[in-house]
Amino acid sequence: MSAKRIFIKGNEAIAYGALAAGCRCYFGYPITPQNDIPEMLSTAMPDAGGAFVQAESEVAAANMLLGATSCGIRAMTTSSSPGVSLMQEAISYMAGSELPGVIVNMNRGGPGLGDIGPSQGDYFQSVKGGGHGDYRTMVLAPATCQECYDLTFEAFALAFKYRNPVLLLGDAIVGQMKEPVMPREAIPIDPTEGGDWKLTGRGERAPRLLKSLFLEDGALAGQNQHLKNKYEAMRAEVRYEAFETADAALIVVAYGSIGRIAKSAVRTLRAKGLKVGLFRPITLFPFPEAELRALAGEGKQFLTIEHNLGQMVEDVRLAVRGLADSEFFGFFPGNLPTPEEFEAPIRSALKGA
Amino acid sequence: MSEELVFERPAALADVATHYCPGCQHGVIHRLVAECLEEFGVVEKTIAVSSIGCSVFLYNYVLVDTVEAPHGRAPAVATGVKRARPEAFVFAYQGDGDLASIGLAEIMHAANRGEHISVVFVNNTVYGMTGGQMAPTTMIGQKTTTCPRGRCQEREGGPMRMAEIIAGLDGVAYSARVAVNTIKNLAQAKRAVHRAFETQVSGEGFGFVELLATCPTNWKLSPTKANERIAKEMIPGFPLGVFKDVAKED
Amino acid sequence: MSRIVIDEQRCKGCLLCVEACPKTIIVASSRFNAKGYKVAEVPEADMEKCTGCATCAKLCPDVAIKVWRTVKSKAKENANVG
Repeated sequence: MSAKRIFIKGNEAIAYGALAAGCRCYFGYPITPQNDIPEMLSTAMPDAGGAFVQAESEVAAANMLLGATSCGIRAMTTSSSPGVSLMQEAISYMAGSELPGVIVNMNRGGPGLGDIGPSQGDYFQSVKGGGHGDYRTMVLAPATCQECYDLTFEAFALAFKYRNPVLLLGDAIVGQMKEPVMPREAIPIDPTEGGDWKLTGRGERAPRLLKSLFLEDGALAGQNQHLKNKYEAMRAEVRYEAFETADAALIVVAYGSIGRIAKSAVRTLRAKGLKVGLFRPITLFPFPEAELRALAGEGKQFLTIEHNLGQMVEDVRLAVRGLADSEFFGFFPGNLPTPEEFEAPIRSALKGA
Repeated sequence: MSEELVFERPAALADVATHYCPGCQHGVIHRLVAECLEEFGVVEKTIAVSSIGCSVFLYNYVLVDTVEAPHGRAPAVATGVKRARPEAFVFAYQGDGDLASIGLAEIMHAANRGEHISVVFVNNTVYGMTGGQMAPTTMIGQKTTTCPRGRCQEREGGPMRMAEIIAGLDGVAYSARVAVNTIKNLAQAKRAVHRAFETQVSGEGFGFVELLATCPTNWKLSPTKANERIAKEMIPGFPLGVFKDVAKED
Repeated sequence: MSRIVIDEQRCKGCLLCVEACPKTIIVASSRFNAKGYKVAEVPEADMEKCTGCATCAKLCPDVAIKVWRTVKSKAKENANVG
């Protein structure tokens, strides 16, 4: 059964990946370009014995996610940029209460109503913690429909491992395109997951409390120290793709769909003899700082390409500080990039390399 | 002649002093909740959703598994809890700012969906915890820190009567308004909380009970004068009664 | 004679019990507890008038009152069910 590839959209891959990972609660709200996900799960989730709720708003959906994860159930919500803005308070609460919610953002153009096409304008929102307070969520950035499936599948285990929300940051390109996807064997639900903190009704034990309010002297400081330790431990989960970087003079840094388009451009230019490579972060938090710094230490130059006005480039510059800098090429949201359009900026950056 | 102990605190109510102001009726309502949880034998399988307001510390007093919800979102959080754990007994406990202002969409839709949860709504016509600002249930002419000249219909609109509004939704099995200012009203209040919990246990659906309560500190009245206001001003504007009970429909 | 016991350290001096008692035997005392609240009390001489109706206890927001009812005849017991 799992040996058979299925030809599906990235959005559908996210839904399939969640189900296979044992996600049994989904709360969502219609917003382009991710409606395939709630539409599919409205039947697939109940068929799998789970619960599907089309909530009254993204605010409500994110809070339903808070409630379901407080019970230790694998649960997910999906949305796109403006809807994810609405979810920020709940995400902050989930981070503060240490709840393993999985949130998917299929990034569209912004700011405001924007458009319904792709962009990478939500990097800051996703990676720097779009809500209030000092918290971080793990951020996973798929570039292919297979990664949509795999990263969603793995997001739940990561969320429970760190008792922290995990954000999957896709975009309208990967959400709407269709590719063959190899599904995985569905894993059984582990009833012991979250055993020491989840709410089940107190039974014979003392009552449990899941909260983010810490009013007593020093209590909030202690909680923040605990969260800080956790975020540092998350560095162990860094993932990236390095393509032709070993002997490259210029490294193109790009993530998600843009990383994939940039890879095509890099391939084309390599065939023409240019020493360029691609570094594609897959975890945007934890950011692959050490790996980028190592490349900088080898004397390489950097060009960050994004579908926004310049967001991840700041983290690239921070990572390579003192050793190198990064140029930036930003494709504006509202326009759809092609590999050819990346060639000129790469050549230009290479000239300076 | 022998004597028997006829009244003491229920076991599910923590034996601690509360942070509530003198004369604040949250304490009475917490006790009714604890008693009803015990009467239904659901204490061990209850998951409570606390909200934002003076009652944010509910979890220190009612000894059940609890998750803290953002302001207004308790019915959505409770929906998530109940959908994740349908076998649990799930209730939300909210004040008038939390439920009728920022949380209006969440309570309306949880009620409309007929979620199998119970909601305890404590209405004291003011934002208590934050120092006495106007609430959606503040009455015309009532002075608060954000309507110091008295609430005015033209500027602020009138108070919202939530029990009636909720009763108008098909998914609701029970909606009532009660008070705890007199022993007679208290008995009816206990029955209403009991029924609002029963509709979940029996599977009839969404149970809602609005309890009128005092806020002596922010009303700037003594506890006894505040209690008098319940009968004098609040009940005339927020009539007591059962506005929907599916068990009584033909 | 039924009786009540007020936990003076829990009492916040709200005096709702004073208003509620049908026998009007509860009064504001002149004593302050450790938190600075002036507590309610039943003067010793008046305790015998207590019927054990528990109205005070049920209306007390701090659940600070315990009530013992003297079991006399069944009729009197039924009449006091609150």
